Parts: sequence; C-alpha cells; structure tokens
Amino acid sequence: MRLSKLRGWPLTFLLAAVTGLSIAPFYWMLISTTRKDTEIFDWPPSLSPGDSLGDNLHRLDRRIGLLRVLGNSLLVAGVQTVGALVVALLAGYAFAKFRFRGRTLLFGVLLSTLVVPEQVMLVPLFKMMMNFGLLDTYQALILPGLCVPFAIFLMRQSLSGLPDELLDAARVDGAGEFRVLWSVVVPVMRPVLAALAIFLFLGSWNQFVWPLVALRSPEMHTLPVALATLQGNQNTTDYGAILAGTALSTLPMMVLFLVLQRQFISGLLAGATKG
Amino acid sequence: MTALTTPAAPLAEERAPARRGPRWRRTALPYLLLAPALVTFGVFKAYPIVDSLLLSFTTGNGAAGHADGLANYRRLLDDPLFWTALRNTGEMLVVQVPLMLALALLMAVGINSALVRWRAVWRLGIFMPAVTGLVATGVMFSFLLRTEDGAVNRLLEAVGLPAVDWLGQPFWARMAVVLVLSWHYTGYNAVIYLAGLQSIPRELYEAAMVDGAGPVRRFTAITVPALRPLLLFTVVLSTIGTLQLFDEPYVLTGGGPDNATLTVSMYLYQNGFRYFDFGYASAIAYALTLLVSVLGAVQMRLMGERER
Repeated sequence: MRLSKLRGWPLTFLLAAVTGLSIAPFYWMLISTTRKDTEIFDWPPSLSPGDSLGDNLHRLDRRIGLLRVLGNSLLVAGVQTVGALVVALLAGYAFAKFRFRGRTLLFGVLLSTLVVPEQVMLVPLFKMMMNFGLLDTYQALILPGLCVPFAIFLMRQSLSGLPDELLDAARVDGAGEFRVLWSVVVPVMRPVLAALAIFLFLGSWNQFVWPLVALRSPEMHTLPVALATLQGNQNTTDYGAILAGTALSTLPMMVLFLVLQRQFISGLLAGATKG
Repeated sequence: MTALTTPAAPLAEERAPARRGPRWRRTALPYLLLAPALVTFGVFKAYPIVDSLLLSFTTGNGAAGHADGLANYRRLLDDPLFWTALRNTGEMLVVQVPLMLALALLMAVGINSALVRWRAVWRLGIFMPAVTGLVATGVMFSFLLRTEDGAVNRLLEAVGLPAVDWLGQPFWARMAVVLVLSWHYTGYNAVIYLAGLQSIPRELYEAAMVDGAGPVRRFTAITVPALRPLLLFTVVLSTIGTLQLFDEPYVLTGGGPDNATLTVSMYLYQNGFRYFDFGYASAIAYALTLLVSVLGAVQMRLMGERER
C-alpha cells in the first residue's frame, strides 16, 4: 500500500503540471489586468497583482463604453436563455408526453437541422433583419437564438423518463395542463433545466459571428464583438485595458463555474451522455 | 436516458375526463405547446436554410441578385482562394483533432488512475478553459504568442528551444490556431472521457490482470472498446467544430499571414459581408454543409463499424 502511494506521486505531479498549463493563462490575464502596459510583457512574469486595475478599467470604459457593452451582453444572453428554455420546455413536453398527428415528422425535421452549420443561416438572417429594419437591434441578436433544436431534444429525452402517473395524479386533482407543467414538471426537472440554462447562457454570452454580422454601432456591441474590434485595431497598445476586457468576459463564467460545477459539467456534457 | 417512454396508457386517458376541458382543447394542446418552437423554427431556421439554398443559385450584389443556375458553384471549383481556405482548414483539422483527443484520453486515464491524489482538483482545472469564450481566448493568446516578448516563446527559450514566429509564418500561424483550440477544448474532451472511464467496472481490469494482461493490453482491450461511443462523439464533434472554425483565426491572425489561416467560414464571411456577394457566400455555406455531413457520416460509418 505504501509503495503504491509512492508510485502515484509522479503521475500526480504530471497532472499538476498539465492543470497548471490549463490555468496559467488565466492567472497571467488576471494579474496583467492589474498591471501597467509596460509591465505586462515582463519576464519572468509578475505573480502578484499591481495597482493599475482602476486605470485599466477606466481606459477600457473610455474605449468601448464598458457598462453599456456589459449590459448588452447580459441582456441578450439572459433573454435568450430564458426564451430558449421556455420554448424547449414546452416543445419537449409536447413531444414526450402527448401523441398527436405529425409528431414523429416534426421531431425529425427539427433534429435534421442539427447537422446544418450555423453559417448557412448568416446571409438569409442578415437579409431578413435588414428587410425588417432590425439590423443593429437587440431583437436581431435575440430572436434567432430562441429555437435551439438540441435543447428541445434534450428536454424531450429527460421528460420521457418522467412517470405519467405523476402528471395524471395532478390532473385528477383538477390541475390544468399549464398548472401541471409549472408545479409538477418544472420542479422535478430543475437539475436538467439548470444544466441546460448554463449551456444556453454560456453559448449566448460567447457567441460571436452573428452579432459581428448583425451589429453596426459600437453602443450595441456585445462583449466579444467589442473585444475583437478593440484588439483588431492595430495601433492599440492598450494591453492592460484589452486584457481587462477579456477578464470581464471570462470572470463571470469562471465564478459561476466554480459555484455550480456539477450543473456546468453536466450542461456541457449533455450531448455526450444523453445522445 | 435509460428510461424509455411507455406509451400513455389508454386507461389513464379516461380516468379524469371531466376536468380536462372540451375535446378540441385536448387535441389542440400539444400544438399549442409546440407553437413557440414551430414559429421560431420556421422563421429563423427552416426559412433561412431554404433561402440560402435558393440564394446560392443567384448572382449579383446584395439582395438584388438574379437567377444564374450553377454559376456560383462553378466559380467555387475554380476559385484558388476557396481551395486555399479548404486546405488550411483541412490541415488544422488533421493536426488538431487527433492530437487533442489523444492528449485528452491520456489526461483522462491519468486522472482516473487509482494512484492519483486530489482527482477533483485536476478535473476542475483542466475543464476551466472550456468555460472561456473563444474570442477572449484568442485575444489572450495573441499576447501570449508574441514573437519577441510573448510568454510562450519565453517558455520555449527557457527550456532551450528556439523562439517561434507564431503569428508571422504561414505554417506556424496555423499551428498557433491549433495550439489555442487545443488549449481550449482538450480538458473538455478529457472530462467527457473521464465520465466514460468511471463507468467501466473495476472488476474488468482486475480479471484482465489475473489473466496476465499488461497495462497496454488492458488499455486497448478494455478501455478503448468501452469508450468507443464517446470517442466517436468527440471525433465527430471536434471535426464538425474545426470545419466551421471562425472566431479563433479571426481574432488571432485575421486569416493571415498571406491567407495562411483563412478558413472556409472566414471566406464565407468575407464574401457575404465585406463584398456583399450573397449568392457566392451561400454557395460556400452549402459546400461547407456538404463537407460537414459527408465527413460526419464517414466517421460514423467507420467507427460504428469497428464497434461491431
């Protein structure tokens, strides 16, 4: 026993090194956020925070309008997550718990679009939003993300496992269908909903191509678009400010991840284990 | 999900008819529940997919295109830049996917080993990059990969290796994209494998050891077959993802140097939204769809067959 414990150390050490490589860039980014532009590329890199955090944030704010951009990102991701969750829950419930004409066909059509790359929709969506005069608006960002076939698929799979007796018991007690959904299905499905919500929020928070296409004015930018624009500006040497931006876009997700590890991992792995 | 749906028992249907409202409401209910999904699906998924196909048969600027048969597809076949984009994407794919998945598998086996301590910590740490957005990752690495003073080169020099002109040399620029993608997704894939490994019964390994199987034999005879469905899933997912690569090269290299990291998706974006050639962009989109479906299907066939 003692011997095998000893044998475990090299492997543990190796894993520590790999883990170190995974999180070192984050650490460097966070430290750099608090340092002056001139110190960011020091070697060896400084391991302790400096005192320029306020200054970097201030410069970032001057360049992109920090609160506005953060607000845009939060609003879009929040509304899209809640919307897509409701759409998926209702549709998943219908597919899992009701027999109706066209059920198999509709589900098949919905699923078949999973293999179509998102890029296919870019041009037509752009045209559509242009015709509706919706380019450069929140609606343009939010609407296309409300129907997530994968989320509907996942909800259907999970709801299929829900015993019908549970629903019937509530119906016998005189509950209407929406009441059954709200006070029986939703509470039971909370873990799945939480995992799915995280999956959707993360995707929406980080989405890039479509906002890049659909947005024009800087005050409508979401965080990834603002960051890419800022970084693409070749004569920018505002390293501290740019890194403060990346920190702001990653930090909320990292904190959420550390708090809700289990839901996060099951949310991101949903496709792998349930597929 | 292991539990399968049992078809709604007819008895249950009849048990509480009185309170369920008129018959038409019961028939309409599933459609009512589906309405939001169907409307959003029709408008923002189905219609664009069809419209894109129709657009790919038109030429002309912006929305003012006119029907022109297969002109866009013919142009595509003769477009050296499209082939460059395809070759770049292919090269990154061929290097990145096997490298990353092999590494992920090693990490998963390592973490799953009975000898290892603080397993939860390693799992947490390696998963973290997957939580970051690709744009933020790209921006961060555009600093870390600077030739003169970037941390990656400094690290290479520290262990006696030459510094690399990551973003300035065509080949290395592609490898830079590979590196960043791998940093982002390796841990994610490792955690998927780990979930699979943990469901393999330990007795299987013990029995194999009794039979005299060494670690390599145990890995190839027990671990790999047990993980096959997950391996298939990750191979297909990574392949599809890399084929659609956009964010990383856009932020990291802008497609350069000299189009060395131009991907199919970036080329589509350029044609659609820089030159507003909607027809041609749509043709590229459908070429990409074809590629994704064919490669996905081939992989499923290949790996699914070996499973039997």
